[in-house]
Amino acid sequence: MKLRSLVPGALLVLLVVIAALLSYLWTPFDVATLDIRNKFASPGAEHWLGTDHLGRDILSMLMVGARTSIAVALVAVGIGMGVGVPLGLLAAARAHSWLDELIMRGNDLVFAFPALLIAIMITAVFGPGAINAIIAIGIFNIPVFARLTRGAAMSLWNREFILAARVAGKGPLRISLEHLLPNITNLLVVQGTIQFSLGILAEAGLSYVGLGAQPPIPSWGRMLAESQTLISLAPHLALFPGLAIVITVLGLNLLGDGLRDWLDPRLRRER
Amino acid sequence: MKNRFRLPAMLLLATAVSQVYAARTDLTLGMQLEPPNLDPTGGAAAAIDEVVYANIFEGLTRFDANGSVIPALASSWAIENDGARYVFTLHSGVTFHDGAEFTADDVKFSIERAMAEDSTNAQKQLFANIDSVEVIDPLTVAINLQQADGNLLFNLAWGDAIILDPATADEAATSPVGTGPFVFGKWVQGDRVEILRYQDYWGEPAQLDKATFKFISEPTAAYSAILAGDLDAFPNYPAPENLSQLDDDPRYSVVLGSTEGETILAMNNAAAPFDDIRVREAVAHAINREEIIDGAMYGYGTPIGTHFAPHNPAYVDLTGQSDFDPEKSKALLKEAGLEEGLTVSLKLPPPVYARRGGEIIAAQLRDVGITAEIENLEWAQWLEQVFKGKDFNLTIVSHTEPMDIGIYANPEYYFQYDNSELQALMTTLGSETDPDRRLALLQEAQQIIADDYVNAYLFQLARTGVANSKLKGLWPNSPTQANDLTAVYWED
Repeated sequence: MKLRSLVPGALLVLLVVIAALLSYLWTPFDVATLDIRNKFASPGAEHWLGTDHLGRDILSMLMVGARTSIAVALVAVGIGMGVGVPLGLLAAARAHSWLDELIMRGNDLVFAFPALLIAIMITAVFGPGAINAIIAIGIFNIPVFARLTRGAAMSLWNREFILAARVAGKGPLRISLEHLLPNITNLLVVQGTIQFSLGILAEAGLSYVGLGAQPPIPSWGRMLAESQTLISLAPHLALFPGLAIVITVLGLNLLGDGLRDWLDPRLRRER
Repeated sequence: MKNRFRLPAMLLLATAVSQVYAARTDLTLGMQLEPPNLDPTGGAAAAIDEVVYANIFEGLTRFDANGSVIPALASSWAIENDGARYVFTLHSGVTFHDGAEFTADDVKFSIERAMAEDSTNAQKQLFANIDSVEVIDPLTVAINLQQADGNLLFNLAWGDAIILDPATADEAATSPVGTGPFVFGKWVQGDRVEILRYQDYWGEPAQLDKATFKFISEPTAAYSAILAGDLDAFPNYPAPENLSQLDDDPRYSVVLGSTEGETILAMNNAAAPFDDIRVREAVAHAINREEIIDGAMYGYGTPIGTHFAPHNPAYVDLTGQSDFDPEKSKALLKEAGLEEGLTVSLKLPPPVYARRGGEIIAAQLRDVGITAEIENLEWAQWLEQVFKGKDFNLTIVSHTEPMDIGIYANPEYYFQYDNSELQALMTTLGSETDPDRRLALLQEAQQIIADDYVNAYLFQLARTGVANSKLKGLWPNSPTQANDLTAVYWED
């Protein structure tokens, strides 16, 4: 079986990650310096992707923006996994008990609110900023991982090797950590990749409505928002941040698909 | 089956054709902010006046398109007692929109209502010098002042001094009844206010049958609405970046004018670090006005060096006193013991001059070692935190009231400037009636606030209006907050 989506996906993601890491060391121009006389420069030799309405280099802003996007999405997925997976394992270990009900209905409650609404509630209380965007997207990720973990773990609890472990005297905690978790890692990695791409989109969406990273920190979503009225004057202002988001999300989705195929034991045997 | 549609289709075509050939008599006008209510005597929001001033409500005097004070409901007046008593003769045959007759009693009621202890009038100082209102006969009314005041006719022209009918005054916030050329139609909250021509208007009747004020807060949506033809005009167009494009399009005309909006970088004079004049002066010299006007407003705006409108005859150009000089800024900060740099808050309300200007100013301040942490606020939050709570270091806002240098005499005002010399000067100005002396006092006041570097003065907001090129008669300037539609008409 060819790795049709894994390789292109990994390459696209790698490109974005390299751009983000490189921005710590070097960007073509300083993103904090304005050069108003040079605003709306078209893509060319000096500014590869042109300049924005305040004369900042768009390529540099995209590189630093990638940093913001990745950091927000990564931490948010981390929060989702860190809280959601233990909750899911706990619910599966105590299946159909009051604790299971409590956890899963709590998840339903969080699930019922769209991420944007949670973000607006959080920013209304604590003010807008990258940290609050991370918390909002992170909270939204918790039920996704909790449900996935519970479902996968429940089906494993009845298998012979778990029975054997129980006969050997292992408690639910050790079974969960030593036998269940390794067996659902594949699923979590795939889901994590998908959630990561959703996190990038959510961060862009929050920044777009002004609830994400605050200026002067560059952010893809805000770059899009600021280019709205300028779209007929300088289309490249909207085009490049839009492309950056598309490339990242496409790359992550391809990577997720590819990982699923690669890690799935049934497909692996055919390979 | 096919024929059934023919007649309606033809009718539709016929109406469409007739609409093209007859001059239109309706108008849809875009505004960025929706008024919170429609009573200009009970709220400070500019959007109230922008709907009702001169359209629905009138006062004894009014501002014309150039900002001059002209007679409105008063046909003439006589000044007695060395300027301490004004006797107004009122127009006869004036009726309110509900048919009630306009008389001197309505004038007495309206002014006393605005002056009352429990009045919610946003500009009570306009009436502070009035001693009593005296009805002489139904068409003659006298206003007695505590002391001679050359400003009375100007003060009475404000939207806050319009005349209401005692019977309907309490409902003015939701269903305003005035004497103007337009009758209130309906208000669809969150969308639009409609007004209709008043058939029994006492003066020159309006040429439009109907006008709609449509509220569109998003600059992008405003641009789309103009291009789609949903709006015929947007007198305070919020996206200056599109103006050159719209100007090139023969369907639209771009009208540039002046406003009373002094756009300033306000500093909290009562709190560290801006309680130190050296730090304030350092900020003033760190600001490059040309770059802000160019970058945030696409070149629309006039640099100012003090809190005064450049088109006013009393204006003094003091921009040189706070010229762009980063080296001087650094030296001043060093003198104030802040050469290590400092971090301050910069709270920005939604308008584009603040949001975009704020990013530019933050970059300019960074060059001299001041880190300004930007915080974007909605208007309600801004009013709460900055204007009322005084919890800020820096903010950017445009003061759009005419002749508002008097705010510097109020130490409780949000930037908390407290200078007894200026306060005394403003008191003298209040009772001075000689035009030359007034001019000299106003110029002295401008110099004092520039010397104290109270705020960093950026630019006078330009009025950038967009209108269908066949639409005539809109005001090019904003001498006050208004969209006077009395003389607006469509050219064939």
